[in-house]
Amino acid sequence: MLTAAQRKWSLGWGFAAFGGIAFFVGTAIAALLLWDSGATGGQFFTPYTWQILRFTLWQATLSTILSILFGLPVALALARRPKFPGRIWIVRLMALPMGLPVLIGALGLIGIWGRQGIVNATLLTLGVEQPVSIYGLSGILIAHVFFNMPLAARLLLAALERLPAEYWLLSSSLGMKPLSVFRFVEGPATLRVLPGVAGLIFMLCATSFTLVLVLGGGPAATTLEVAIYQSLRFDFDPPRAIALSFLQIGITAIILAVISTLPKPDDDENLHGRASRRFDGRTAGARSWDTVIILFATAFLVLPLASIVASGIQADLWRLFKSPAFHQAALTSFAIAVAAGLLSVVSSVAIVVAQEAIGDMKRPGAGARAFAATLGGMGSLVLLVPPVVLGTGWFLTLRSLGDVNRFAPVLIVIINALMALPFVMRVLSPAMATHRRRTARLSASLGLSGISKLTRIDLPPLAKPLLTALSFAMALSLGDLGAVALFGSSELTTLPWLVYSRLSSYRTNDADGLALLLGLFCLLLTMLGTAGRERHQQDE
Amino acid sequence: MRGFIISLLAAAAAFSVATHALAQEKTLTVYTYESFTAEWGPGPKVKEAFEKTCACRVDFVSVSDGVALLTRLRLEGENSKADLVLGLDTNLISEAKAIGLFEPHGLDMAAVDVPGDYSDDTFIPYDYGHFGVVYDTKAIKNPPKSLKELVEGDPSQKIVIQDPRTSTPGLGLLLWIRSVYGDEAPEAWAKLKKRVLTVTPGWSEAYGLFTKGEVPMVLSYTTSPAYHMVEEKSDQYQAAAFSEGHYIQIEVAGLLKGARDKDLAKDFLRFMVSPAFQDVIPTTNWMMPVTRTSEPLPEAFNKLVQPKKTFLMGSDEVAKNRQAWINEWLAAMSLN
Repeated sequence: MLTAAQRKWSLGWGFAAFGGIAFFVGTAIAALLLWDSGATGGQFFTPYTWQILRFTLWQATLSTILSILFGLPVALALARRPKFPGRIWIVRLMALPMGLPVLIGALGLIGIWGRQGIVNATLLTLGVEQPVSIYGLSGILIAHVFFNMPLAARLLLAALERLPAEYWLLSSSLGMKPLSVFRFVEGPATLRVLPGVAGLIFMLCATSFTLVLVLGGGPAATTLEVAIYQSLRFDFDPPRAIALSFLQIGITAIILAVISTLPKPDDDENLHGRASRRFDGRTAGARSWDTVIILFATAFLVLPLASIVASGIQADLWRLFKSPAFHQAALTSFAIAVAAGLLSVVSSVAIVVAQEAIGDMKRPGAGARAFAATLGGMGSLVLLVPPVVLGTGWFLTLRSLGDVNRFAPVLIVIINALMALPFVMRVLSPAMATHRRRTARLSASLGLSGISKLTRIDLPPLAKPLLTALSFAMALSLGDLGAVALFGSSELTTLPWLVYSRLSSYRTNDADGLALLLGLFCLLLTMLGTAGRERHQQDE
Repeated sequence: MRGFIISLLAAAAAFSVATHALAQEKTLTVYTYESFTAEWGPGPKVKEAFEKTCACRVDFVSVSDGVALLTRLRLEGENSKADLVLGLDTNLISEAKAIGLFEPHGLDMAAVDVPGDYSDDTFIPYDYGHFGVVYDTKAIKNPPKSLKELVEGDPSQKIVIQDPRTSTPGLGLLLWIRSVYGDEAPEAWAKLKKRVLTVTPGWSEAYGLFTKGEVPMVLSYTTSPAYHMVEEKSDQYQAAAFSEGHYIQIEVAGLLKGARDKDLAKDFLRFMVSPAFQDVIPTTNWMMPVTRTSEPLPEAFNKLVQPKKTFLMGSDEVAKNRQAWINEWLAAMSLN
């Protein structure tokens, strides 16, 4: 459907994104490999390595399955209830855990599920002797579900909302039962994105660090990420860090490849987008089921957040809000988040456009197909390269150019953008695919291209997913501590860094307050991500 | 949005003008850790006091903690712009020397008085603290009186500790138990494991869990209660005195070979062990001073645990055995 020139452009974008990412990651790894550590050449992999590898994969698998098993009914229920009271706020809250520094989320969870938390307090009053323990595998799972179920639900919900209105009209006029609707409409729609969503959550859980340590209860619960971090900390053994990183990337790549071979239903063909209205699920039973699911998920999500709010408001919020340190950190965080978010969205668009151009070829050669697969794989796997590896590698590369701190903001932006890439791609890729199926022939027949195609055809329907993607990426960057901690210095302070610095000098109260402010900041971003929705709902 | 960009540009411009104007005078660049330079930390006061005496500017560059400091130096190598490094601890000295960036200070440090028999020609102590188990007096009426009681005590009374692979207090407890139990340390760990609620990557996470009331004991410093008594006027958190003695953490500073103005750097090292610096330490860094302060310490410090015996292993010994001991720890703590 594309003209030769358009195809060339699209592929060019893809090559640029590919080249940029490969250069950034490759340089860091090369710098570390070239480092003469003078290490004793100790064993890279010990029996303990295999033990933590097993645990890493085991907890990530369970976390992924649970997040999806919980997220799917939530997405189905929310999709069936576009008029559910406060729905937009529930959807917004779902993006919030991502933007919270992990430790803050963990403390919130402990406030609910911990030894002194309300769950155990309730169980005790009910006469249950053995309270729930959040420490150990169960705690890791609760935490991972808290952080990832909302992600799964949001991505699945987006897939359901992309379904054309005709489907619902048709299924209702055919008098389809809920099971049939699931089988013929909802199931295929969610299955299409499920491998991507599952892969993303798997990677997030496999590389989880602070959560696993804090809630794991001891070194039996450790991920490879911890071992990588350790090898660049006390030991400073870059070759070992690289070896462990490759192990992490390799094994996860295999698992992702397996997930991606899951049978996928065919794409829906050439349909007109129309605001969707649901005609099904009007029975009392369906209503109450959906209500229970939504309320349960909301409680699961909101209670830990409420616990963060409850400790946050005990701080002197106004003093914190007025403090110059907060202003500076908020400005820095915001600037980094905007830059990282935009970079991430632009790179994702470039990757998706190139993939589509290859998919559009009549007979793509093996090379082209391999390139498309590489782009997709890279967009995901980049999440597995530990930020500490990227940061340390670039530090080594840039040190001959003088003060590395001058480059720190740029590096942090790029690292954050890369981290967000898989999220952004999960949002944009299906949306852009649907959009192309709907409009490609039309644009081609109208001879539209360039700016006019962009502003008339592409931007209006894609504005919503673009904003959602941008807000995802910005929230992630906002909550990230890892990249900043590498370079962190008095000149470059972000909000999570400020929270940690309070915590590391006994000022727990201030840290709680700042965490609350950071959470509110993040909520503002998620409002940006759902901005397109309100308009959409008003149209109805 | 445009307003935002303009203000960013203005800030950048103001910043570059400021750095340019100040580039004329001598500067002393000190690498340290973050909580040292925080607005309530010792950094700002120390900087002000020293700048009054030297017609120079003190520039702090801070990273997250002592280990990150060492990593930073390793990465920067000879290109480091640091003149002084302040914030390593005794366990890191051996590795810090191995990088080959430090040089002996050659100063007379007779006035420095630190428990344990620490002496070194390169690194000068500026404060110290003993590791200790801090407990919540509301939750625990009979705190352990010895490490043995901690190890063998009621498993339902939990403690949170730090991971020796990622944190210096975590490493401190490892060495403490090693000092007391020797080769039987793994057995001690296997017993203590039952009382360990969880192992956090750093001190902050552990102390956060503790002050939130999730766990009644935490591995911290014997000086930690001073913070709560002075700043929060609360006696709720106290350290338990252990009859075997306590392991010490001594924080040190060192001079880099590449320092641009060594006289200025040495002036700072001398200043560091003078009352002007030492007076600031106790109530900002919440550690003990290494020389006499000009005024007695606040009343709260008299209430703190005064360890009868101090454990300190040589940093070479620590460097040599650390990995093996950590592996033992991993094995003992991973048993079911």
